[in-house]
Amino acid sequence: MTYDGETLAQLEKDAAAILGRYPVARSALLPLLHLVQSVDGYVSPDGIAFCARQVDLTSAEVSAVATFYTQYKRRPNGEYQVGVCTNTLCAVMGGDEIWRQLSERCGVGHDETTADGRVTLERIECNAACDYAPVMMVNWEFFDNMTPERALRVVDDILEGRDVKPTRGSAKVAPFKEMSRVLAGFEDGRADEDQGLGEPTVVGLKAAREQGWEESK
Amino acid sequence: MTDLTPVLSATWDAEQSWKLSTYTDHGGYGALTKALGMEPADLIAAVKDSGLRGRGGAGFPTGMKWGFLPPDDGLPRYLVVNADESEPGTCKDIPTMLSAPHLLVEGVAITSYAIGSNHAFIYLRGEVVHVYRRLMQAVREAYEAGHLGKDIHGSGFDLDVTVHAGAGAYICGEETALLDSLEGRRGQPRLKPPFPAVEGLYARPTVVNNVESIASVPSIVGKGVEWFTAMGTERSKGMGLFSLSGHVAKPGQYEAPLGITLRELLEMAGGMRNGRPLKFWTPGGSSTPLFTDEHLDTPLDYESVGAAGSMLGTRALQLFDDTTCVVRAVTRWTEFYKHESCGKCTPCREGTFWLAQILERIEDGHGTDADIQQLLDTCESILGRAFCALGDGATSCITSSVKLFRDEYEQHIQQGACPFDHSASALFDYDSAPAPEEAHA
Amino acid sequence: MTSTADKATAETVDTVTLTIDGKETTVPKGTLIIRAAEQVGIDIPRFCDHPLLAPAGACRQCLVDVAAPDREGNVRAFPKPQASCTMQAMDGMIVNTQHTSDEAKNAQEGVMELLLINHPLDCPVCDKGGECPLQNQALSHGRSESRFIDVKRVFEKPLPLSSEILLDRERCVLCQRCTRFSKEIAGDAFIDLQNRGAMQQIGTFDEDVLGFDGYEPIGVAAEDESGRAFSSYYSGNTVQICPVGALTSAAYRFRSRPFDLVSSPGISEHDSSGAAIRTDHRRGTILRRLSDNDPVVNEEWITDKDRFAFSWQNLSDRLERPLVRGDDGELHEASWPDAIARAAEGLKAAAGLTGTPADKKAKGVGVLPGGRITMEDAYAYQKFARVALGTNDVDVRTRTASDEEQEFLGSTVAGSGMGVTFADLEKAPTVLLAGFEPEDEGGVVFLRLRKAYGTQRVLTVAPFLSRGAEKLDATLIQAVPGGEAAALASIKGAADAAESLQAEGSVIIVGERLAGSPGALSEALRLAKRTGARLAWIPRRAGERGAVEAGALPGLLPGGRDATAASARDAIAKAWGVDSLPESPGRNAAEIIAAAASGTLSGLVIGGVTPSDLTDDLAAALARTDFVVSLEVRRTDVARYADVVLPVAPPSEKPGTFVNWEGRLRGFATAIRTDAISDHRALDFLGRELGADLKVGTVADVNEQLALLGAAGKSERVKAPSVKAGKARKAAGDELVLASWHLLVDEGALQDGEPYLAGTGRTAVARLSPATAERIGVKDGVVTLTAGGRGTIELPVALTDMADGVVWVPAKSPGSWVAQELGVHPGALVRVKGGI
Repeated sequence: MTYDGETLAQLEKDAAAILGRYPVARSALLPLLHLVQSVDGYVSPDGIAFCARQVDLTSAEVSAVATFYTQYKRRPNGEYQVGVCTNTLCAVMGGDEIWRQLSERCGVGHDETTADGRVTLERIECNAACDYAPVMMVNWEFFDNMTPERALRVVDDILEGRDVKPTRGSAKVAPFKEMSRVLAGFEDGRADEDQGLGEPTVVGLKAAREQGWEESK
Repeated sequence: MTDLTPVLSATWDAEQSWKLSTYTDHGGYGALTKALGMEPADLIAAVKDSGLRGRGGAGFPTGMKWGFLPPDDGLPRYLVVNADESEPGTCKDIPTMLSAPHLLVEGVAITSYAIGSNHAFIYLRGEVVHVYRRLMQAVREAYEAGHLGKDIHGSGFDLDVTVHAGAGAYICGEETALLDSLEGRRGQPRLKPPFPAVEGLYARPTVVNNVESIASVPSIVGKGVEWFTAMGTERSKGMGLFSLSGHVAKPGQYEAPLGITLRELLEMAGGMRNGRPLKFWTPGGSSTPLFTDEHLDTPLDYESVGAAGSMLGTRALQLFDDTTCVVRAVTRWTEFYKHESCGKCTPCREGTFWLAQILERIEDGHGTDADIQQLLDTCESILGRAFCALGDGATSCITSSVKLFRDEYEQHIQQGACPFDHSASALFDYDSAPAPEEAHA
Repeated sequence: MTSTADKATAETVDTVTLTIDGKETTVPKGTLIIRAAEQVGIDIPRFCDHPLLAPAGACRQCLVDVAAPDREGNVRAFPKPQASCTMQAMDGMIVNTQHTSDEAKNAQEGVMELLLINHPLDCPVCDKGGECPLQNQALSHGRSESRFIDVKRVFEKPLPLSSEILLDRERCVLCQRCTRFSKEIAGDAFIDLQNRGAMQQIGTFDEDVLGFDGYEPIGVAAEDESGRAFSSYYSGNTVQICPVGALTSAAYRFRSRPFDLVSSPGISEHDSSGAAIRTDHRRGTILRRLSDNDPVVNEEWITDKDRFAFSWQNLSDRLERPLVRGDDGELHEASWPDAIARAAEGLKAAAGLTGTPADKKAKGVGVLPGGRITMEDAYAYQKFARVALGTNDVDVRTRTASDEEQEFLGSTVAGSGMGVTFADLEKAPTVLLAGFEPEDEGGVVFLRLRKAYGTQRVLTVAPFLSRGAEKLDATLIQAVPGGEAAALASIKGAADAAESLQAEGSVIIVGERLAGSPGALSEALRLAKRTGARLAWIPRRAGERGAVEAGALPGLLPGGRDATAASARDAIAKAWGVDSLPESPGRNAAEIIAAAASGTLSGLVIGGVTPSDLTDDLAAALARTDFVVSLEVRRTDVARYADVVLPVAPPSEKPGTFVNWEGRLRGFATAIRTDAISDHRALDFLGRELGADLKVGTVADVNEQLALLGAAGKSERVKAPSVKAGKARKAAGDELVLASWHLLVDEGALQDGEPYLAGTGRTAVARLSPATAERIGVKDGVVTLTAGGRGTIELPVALTDMADGVVWVPAKSPGSWVAQELGVHPGALVRVKGGI
């Protein structure tokens, strides 16, 4: 274990809060792994040992869980996880080409990180935003209706140290560690941030309104 | 012409629609007060009578699921909401939770009261951080307003709600895999029996319901069973979100009574992109057999879609026009199933591994005539033999596409290359750079 | 309590009747289809299914066609084939297997094809080849040619999970038998499924294999719990239940083909459980040992020591011919007749049986058989002592022992037949352990207790909760060594432990270490009496219980008879056809060695004793003794002082009986026929040469006598001990109370020559409570223990939640040979200093 005293004390405090949410300790394991990522930027072996102690498992049992889920990273992740959906629908609508150009721009492949540690590129599976295809996710915020140009601009902004804005969601994308802390179940006070509604979300509602079909009685 | 019926989506365009104040301004949590004045058994009966069927894909009657719980033994029982929306094409629960999280929270409170649960969990997929923020805030607001916590609305009923983020695994949408995942394990499906109703979360009686199912409960309670049964068809009652995506002019969420047709929906959605012909579509996500333009008038209810050879699933209508290579589409889906197979059972683990290689070979133009038969044979070795439905789902697009578009497979084999221009199906012009690489990691 | 017992006898088993392939069969409700099929002789292929593991339904090889009655009673076919390993039989169910259903046959062939697409088909170089379920089923059910023409999954191979267990991942069918065994049965979840989908694999947490960045060593004390090594005492069972060749043992890998091996059933010599084993040998050489299936004792499991520790008997120091010390002072090979003659001559002189004036100077002969001998050997040793040498100086207890213990054994254990059984342990609502660590000292006893995990309460009187006790979810009743009696005495009245023990069927297990704690065994008897719990004595070594039955203790004659009671002696003398038995009370092992060391004994007959296991300086005692006869398998340090060395057979080369702790006779036949002879046969020769016909030449001879003698009558019995509870020593300054026991895998002599097994042993550490460590100022992580013995012990410290003022070290692990180096037993004070 190489956590310094202060880090360890904070980790233990957070772990206690997480454990308090569940009637059975082991349920805390997934959020605990997110918590480890919020500190180390990936699931480090130290983090595995830490989780094992918190929920009384062997490290083999913890790595069994950590290696099952794709959001848990085994190497230090870039500050920004850029995921391009290349599942069928997004791929067909242009996701493949977006991926190709991003990969070329960053000079890295799937689950690889740029040398400056800013961007980790990932081909992701369907992220439940198909009505906004092609879709890209940056630290799990929505970047809808992407084109290669828009996607490249986002990546260039990240590489050049500028904040990036999702198309739906928060006012700016939180870095990987901050985002991981939210996934561990700690609110960051940004729930009310909003980028406005996307057209596909309300297209049916609008159509109904136009036709006077509103069903709310 | 069937009308659209915005119920779940009715408030999505309101100012700060996700806030408790907005929700209550629109009558939110009124149904909870009403429910708390009812006997739990009457609530279950009402949901049974409404004919509400599971909106997560399987279409199992929701009230019946609640009724399966054994009698109260004084020990905990749980409600778990399946918010692990991951089926390719499916994109209805995420906007619901992003825009109207309190609809879900109120549904959770009513359902928990009905089934006698004092601790409910919302298992959200981990890859949507802003949705998680909104849900956590909604739950906190509901606690603060007395809609959750101790002695809700003075009824004596207590409820805790934990919002839990997953970490990236499609299989966790399968309810028993979700329970294992929620227990901090690998999300691999459990043996059934025992069913979750008897031994679910922590081996206690548990109801697992989809977001949209639970979000439909407040309106059923609030507006009445008859209001709900007036919508839909004989055995597919009520409204549902139909998610149109792909080569359609106006993709998005269309909330309509079950039984509406794609022809009707397409009309509202402005038809296909650039007026091109519809080539194939999925009625309920990538695990449902493909339809073509022959099925434009098939009523989108459980029975009619089933009778036509597919499944209503999650009403995830992915539409592809004639620029789309079906072999490419099916290959990519198959790679998805291979990537998401949990690995537990032989047919799914090994079968998807093999299918992906055969398809990649065919798509690349290196296939042989024998490969098409091998695809069908391998699908046969998976279908009905895998541990859970993921394996079955993986075969749907292959067997249906071979049936519908066998000639296209043969073209790939005979020409030794894909006959399609992939850029034609994209929404933008491809760069003039070298041809895109197709290998999926 | 009695009413429930009555109910139990009237209990009937609910049954269901179903039809499988047209054969009707009735089975208990809850029986899985695959088990029901076995009962009517229908074999359904399977990989993940194992009768002792919870069903998984993972491999899908056992799919069958099923039809069952619906609620209205109409028999309806399931729409798809069902896994027969997970579905329970129902009344009126109709099952059609691959023998009668094309659907089932197709499904099974489909699964087989999928199982093979990524399998390397390297049967010719695979250890499992010839006994492989996958190979067999592929041959009988598979296609002759693979249709898979793509790229197979490959892995680096083999992957060592530990020094003993190797994994070839590409052969694995992911049935999860190994992980389920490790979790469910052994409680050692050091291996688990890793990764997902097609890349899913079995493994430990190995950063390199799983591609994790940033490994930092976790530290010595945590090493055993870290999961870095698959350091389970039961890991070898995973090799045996692996249905393919994915898991192999380093010891057996590439050594043999199963069809070249001869298999012989046997009983493990490694502990008092009497586990059934199968010894596989080729041309007189043991290649491997496996667990045999014995549902009443070890089920299908054995310890890694049972499985892997057999090389000791075939090392280069194995004795083949008798040795006699010549005039030159060296040992020379001799013929059996010459050696026997020489031994008899020397013993005659030492025992004063020459009939010459020199007899007056003779101070007698002591007999020290070790605790690893068979019951027949033990009987021969004691009869040899009493009849041929005229002495009661015979004792197998070359370990901590006491008169109190002898009284306990004579009154409570010897001649008591079958007492508490493995099944009783499993059913017991409460089990109290005192001076006994089931995982380290009881072998498969631990697995039986663990089988009751969740339904059984385990209490343990110990200085701390060992890892084994933790895995039993045991409650600690903390006791400093020496203070066990007081701890047991405190379990009374409304004490929570006392109430638990009153539940019917509860068991108190006492280990041999309690002999070193004055009053503890007496208190255990009292506790049993006041709670109604049953008492079981579980010694560590395989021969102990048999020796108690055979009377190889100074105060005990066969069948639990009191050697100091004239009536008992007369009865035995009559049965043996001798005038009388020696009257003078015998000395125990420690006293015999002390006498030899002080020159008050002229001769010693010693068998299978390892000097380094003794706190006393046996070498010095032997050196001082005029005449020493040693019976041993290997040339040990004892031979250096012996005048005559008689080579005897290891258990695999002889027939005999171990009596396990239950009191169950565990007879075994010769596995490998050699010309090596048993101890009892050598003693029979020697007896004749000394003029006594002991009639112990064969196993049958001995058993006939033991049967005739039977158990002691009431009047011939030793009285139960009633010793006042002793007190633990007080730690003061840098003197701490020593706690120690043998870890299962350690440097015991029977584990010699097996480095792969040794590699799975736990790291030797010195355990101290944090407060004690601070008090004695341990700073640099290493402590030195001294106690006026022959040496010192230096070990890294592991801070442990345990009794203050105590230091625990393993009894015979690398760097920690307690008996030899410290020369004291647990309970003694030892000086502990920080640093080296």
